[in-house]
Amino acid sequence: MAFLPTQPAPVIEVTDLVTHYGSRRILNNVTLEVRKGEIMVIMGGSGSGKSTLLRHLIGLERGSSGSIKLLDQDIGKMTDYELNQFYRKLGVAFQGGALFSSMTVGENIMLPLREHTDLDEKTMEIMVRLKLEVVNLAGFENFMPSELSGGMLKRAAFARAVIMDPVLLFCDEPSAGLDPVVSSSLDELILRLRDALNMTIVVVTHELGSAFRIADRIAVLDQGEVLSVGTVAQVQASDNKRIQDLLNRRFEEERLDPDAYLARLTGE
Amino acid sequence: MDHQIKEEQGNHIVLLQGEVDLESSPKARQIMLDAVGRGKKILVDLASVTYMDSSGIASLVEAFQRAKKKEIGFALVSVNPAVLRVLHLARLDQVFIIHDNLESALNADL
Repeated sequence: MAFLPTQPAPVIEVTDLVTHYGSRRILNNVTLEVRKGEIMVIMGGSGSGKSTLLRHLIGLERGSSGSIKLLDQDIGKMTDYELNQFYRKLGVAFQGGALFSSMTVGENIMLPLREHTDLDEKTMEIMVRLKLEVVNLAGFENFMPSELSGGMLKRAAFARAVIMDPVLLFCDEPSAGLDPVVSSSLDELILRLRDALNMTIVVVTHELGSAFRIADRIAVLDQGEVLSVGTVAQVQASDNKRIQDLLNRRFEEERLDPDAYLARLTGE
Repeated sequence: MDHQIKEEQGNHIVLLQGEVDLESSPKARQIMLDAVGRGKKILVDLASVTYMDSSGIASLVEAFQRAKKKEIGFALVSVNPAVLRVLHLARLDQVFIIHDNLESALNADL
């Protein structure tokens, strides 16, 4: 009897998802599966629908038709209360960090624990410090968000996103607006979190370099349609003209013009 | 999560079983803090722990620190690879004393 290699079960299943904003169709029959333990990068240019898809995946918006199943549960059929309970299993690192400016970094990171658990205060404090260690922000729990750099804010947002050890982690443009070194360190953090905690991670980005570094598979979105889903090599080798246009356009955008860069830095 | 407590060769052995997560970690915490209160060397046997989240890890950290303050030996035993990965992520594998099995833990001088 032959044994076929088995793939991990899908933990995210998007089926024929359609969304309209007014009469405009933003997501067009999106179908996508993400397997347990996988890093899936949803990549596309501005206006491709990738951020809209993310908002649907985390239940902030509901589609006109189609379905989204997370961990075998159809989130479109959940009540607000059920969805709120379900959020315990999800972590979301928002693009700008989305930390409350009136609270310390530690208080921000602790918020999901206060909302969803009855853990002892000491346990919560240790959990916050543990996560700050993991994201290389040890000792910053009493800082205010305004005292952190852009990269540090993103790290703090990651710490909050994973404070409950979510099964699914969603990251919205983790590298946006960061210099290459900081961006690369965030990529490394995403890989470490997946490897250590066996999380399934969905990253939305328009940064090609980051996508290629971290993705197990990439879903390329354009004008609300999934053009292709495959490994980095498969996407790069695609003969689909729209995908190649997208990749080439991005490569050109990422290529550094040394003179312009110097002028920008020196202000001259 | 289930647990057993045994005394062996003057050691207090806390055997945790099953999943130590947000629901069960308060119980695990109390069991370990109670064990620290008894003043004997503590071996936390994790051989039968199938999953431990960071609230469980935090409980281990708190119990270990309290044991250290009381100068009581405290070690982890038979940590499975999944839990070890979580400890490693936060570099706690460099903090805890970890034994491969109960026999070596019982013979060790903590």
